[in-house]
Amino acid sequence: MIGHIHSIETCGTVDGPGMRFVVFFKGCPMRCLYCHNPDTWDPSGGEEKTVEELLQQYDSMKSFYANGGITATGGEPLMQIDFLTELFEAAKAKGIHTCLDTSGVIFHRDNPELLAKFERLAKVTDLVMLDIKHIDPEEHLKLCKQPNDNILDFATFLDEHGIDIWIRHVIVKDITLVDEYLDRLGYFIGGLKHLKALDCLPYHSMGVVKYEKLGMDYPLKGMEALPKEDAIHAREVILKAAKRRRQDDEAGK
Amino acid sequence: MRSEWNGFAGGNWEKFIDVRDFIQKNYTPYEGDDTFLSGPTQNTKDLWEQVMDLTKKEREAGGVLDMDTKVVSTLTSHGPGYLDKDKETIVGFQTDKPFKRGMNVYGGLRMAMKACEDNGYKVDDEIVDFFSKHRKTHNEGVFDVYDAEIRRCRTNHIITGLPDAYGRGRIIGDYRRVALYGTDRLVQDKQAQKESFGTVYTDDVIRGKEEISEQIKALKELTKMAESYGFDISQPAKNVQEAIQWTYFGYLGAVKEQNGAAMSLGRTSTFLDIYAERDLAAGTFTEEQIQEFVDHFIMKLRCVKFARTPEYNSIFAGDPVWVTESLGGMGVDGRTLVSKMSFRYLNTLNNLGTSPEPNLTVLWSTKAPLGWMQFCAKMSIKSSCIQYENDDLMRPLHGDDYGIACCVSSMVIGKEMQFFGARANLAKCLLYAINGGVDECTGVQVGPKYRPVEGDVLDYDDVMAKFDDMMEWLATVYVSALNIIHYMHDKYAYERIQMALHDRDVKRYFATGVAGLSVVADSLSAIKYAKVKPVRNEQGVVVSYETEGDFPKYGNNDDRVDSIATSIVTTFMDKIRKHHVYRNGVPTQSILTITSNVTYGKNTGDTPCGRKHGEPFAPGANPLHKRDTHGAVASLASVAKIPFRDAQDGISNTFSIIPGALGKEDQVFAGDIDIDLSK
Repeated sequence: MIGHIHSIETCGTVDGPGMRFVVFFKGCPMRCLYCHNPDTWDPSGGEEKTVEELLQQYDSMKSFYANGGITATGGEPLMQIDFLTELFEAAKAKGIHTCLDTSGVIFHRDNPELLAKFERLAKVTDLVMLDIKHIDPEEHLKLCKQPNDNILDFATFLDEHGIDIWIRHVIVKDITLVDEYLDRLGYFIGGLKHLKALDCLPYHSMGVVKYEKLGMDYPLKGMEALPKEDAIHAREVILKAAKRRRQDDEAGK
Repeated sequence: MRSEWNGFAGGNWEKFIDVRDFIQKNYTPYEGDDTFLSGPTQNTKDLWEQVMDLTKKEREAGGVLDMDTKVVSTLTSHGPGYLDKDKETIVGFQTDKPFKRGMNVYGGLRMAMKACEDNGYKVDDEIVDFFSKHRKTHNEGVFDVYDAEIRRCRTNHIITGLPDAYGRGRIIGDYRRVALYGTDRLVQDKQAQKESFGTVYTDDVIRGKEEISEQIKALKELTKMAESYGFDISQPAKNVQEAIQWTYFGYLGAVKEQNGAAMSLGRTSTFLDIYAERDLAAGTFTEEQIQEFVDHFIMKLRCVKFARTPEYNSIFAGDPVWVTESLGGMGVDGRTLVSKMSFRYLNTLNNLGTSPEPNLTVLWSTKAPLGWMQFCAKMSIKSSCIQYENDDLMRPLHGDDYGIACCVSSMVIGKEMQFFGARANLAKCLLYAINGGVDECTGVQVGPKYRPVEGDVLDYDDVMAKFDDMMEWLATVYVSALNIIHYMHDKYAYERIQMALHDRDVKRYFATGVAGLSVVADSLSAIKYAKVKPVRNEQGVVVSYETEGDFPKYGNNDDRVDSIATSIVTTFMDKIRKHHVYRNGVPTQSILTITSNVTYGKNTGDTPCGRKHGEPFAPGANPLHKRDTHGAVASLASVAKIPFRDAQDGISNTFSIIPGALGKEDQVFAGDIDIDLSK
């Protein structure tokens, strides 16, 4: 089976635990206003790679990944769920730690065929870094041109399957940096029993160059990079709400 | 047991000179974090301000504040020098005042004179007269023997940086011996060594006995030098302050007598920690006091200065002393050699601010304690001043009491030394192969007049065969030059105090080195996988190349080209090994030059890889600039393929990364979420 791969980063240090072999998949249905990888939206093109080729490359450098593993990101890796599952199955067979960086947008519980695919993938995934773009359905639609109910349901699905979850959340002024939203997000993720980490990513404007190269308009033109303090604030609000949820769950037992 | 050793666990080290045994029997591994460390005292701050002020004045004066032009620097040539005697807890400068550079003539008179003249000073006529008429220098000795071929290789830059006019350095005395035993005991030991030769007076025995006599004299002079500061180092150090002071005096003696290309310190921290632990337990000193001693010691190391020429500085990119101190590492018994003192040394980067000297080098092991790893990472991010070397790679070879000389040369402290051999320019050697020994820049027939490449396209097998022949020639000339150099250095500029702090029978590494590895690898890859057309000038010399098509480039974990790089390293090493080397040395090779890659580039013409005349080489074993396109790990994986057995003097890789790309910042990232419901 062939995967369409945008690129490989051999020294991934911020995409999961340890040092990681990061595979960027082609294709993404989301159109997040702040996306800094618009060059991965188009599902076609990229380098065609087999699972064997990728793992061979991994093996030749595996001593560097002793405390890390392989991370699938993109783009949206779930667009190529069959290839992704094969890759993770082969990786797991070799004892490699697998991590999926996703928005979860492909997930739909009501499609049995698709659900079966997710069940199979879940068996070979050690960690999911779930990027929740926005907790509010309408704001999510505005931000990404996609609804978020299935994404939040995906979080629940992962939790049911006992998969470790890291929540990633991009903090953008006026869009997600709103205490009410952050509180709601925190209250939601506090309910996930397998939540292992929270990553608040301050918005940066490094994607602008790519839009220029691709001859596209940058939707957030003029938006300045978010100061770190704001991301620290967001983290505090989210964690506080998550704690409240844990207390509520505890009381409800 | 001697009273100075009260409280120490005894062992072989009492009967023999054996510092490692003392360390192993007595040290306390430290597996905690950095919270015990102390900040700078007021005295430390005051003294450092003085140093910074002198540094500023030195810069304003054009790089040199003061030079001695009358007195040749020896162990006892200069009286005591101080910054502020009342505030200094560790004392000693190379001359009678800080920032005044001593005059070292034994390496070469011309270099000493030029170092003065280029800085606006003039060597006293009497000195010039004496060293011209009555006392030969190392440099003069070498040039009395050099042949025309070696001279041509020097002037055309295929062999460069040879230590034929300056001190070779790279020898680390076991300065800890001064502290543990005192000089009286060391002299006694050397006297016994002198008697141990027997009475068959071969050349080796005569030289050996003469050298040991010199060593004994040096130890006695070192004692006098310390006396001028009011200390009696003939006896062992009694506490940590004395142990640091005695150790420093040993090192100070070395940098007074030798202006070497690298004057490294060794591996002193955990040795000194044994004294610190004893003093802390007895209440002799507090943690703050001990940190102050360390700060003052490191401050002194930062003030070591030599008289050098601008040319020298351009080869070495500045005016480095290479006061390398090796920290941490693992013991062969599996215990970490990290001690609290290892932390205190790194803490000087907090207390005194960042500095390239001393070159604090962490012997990295995957088994190191977490607290140490975290502190190293923290200080690296903060200071960018820490060098890392692979202890897991070197320990099997050297055991657990080796140190690094210069940047990567490993040697067992007090038992092994190195004959520093600079390096051969392999990229130029490849061009000589193409041009039948004619230099592409000067047009001079430097190498043997072999048949040059013919035709319009370079053929890989043809070029490889010619390159092999040219490397054979280069290795021969190179080793010849080094044999002459080290013979003369031993004869005219012998490192008597450093060798006094070694065993009698020393293993001598005969170090060679190559520059331009990635240029050669990519060039050969281009010839093999793309189409390379030579461009000749009117004299028929190939001076440029036109390359059509793409080719695998070193630095991308691609075996097609990485295998070329590794085979070149092995091939050249094997050619070096064929030769007789001075004093039964063990030949080694380094893939180095992290400082002179720019100079090499200036002196090397266009290369088939597409690099133009004047463009710098990559540093050390690095891939060429911007040729590694598959990320850092792929690049490192290429470098890691170079066999250590054929590059035992070190493989260097320069790597820059912004801290943010090294991992998540804990302020915005909350890992291992453990929501405490009780709060």
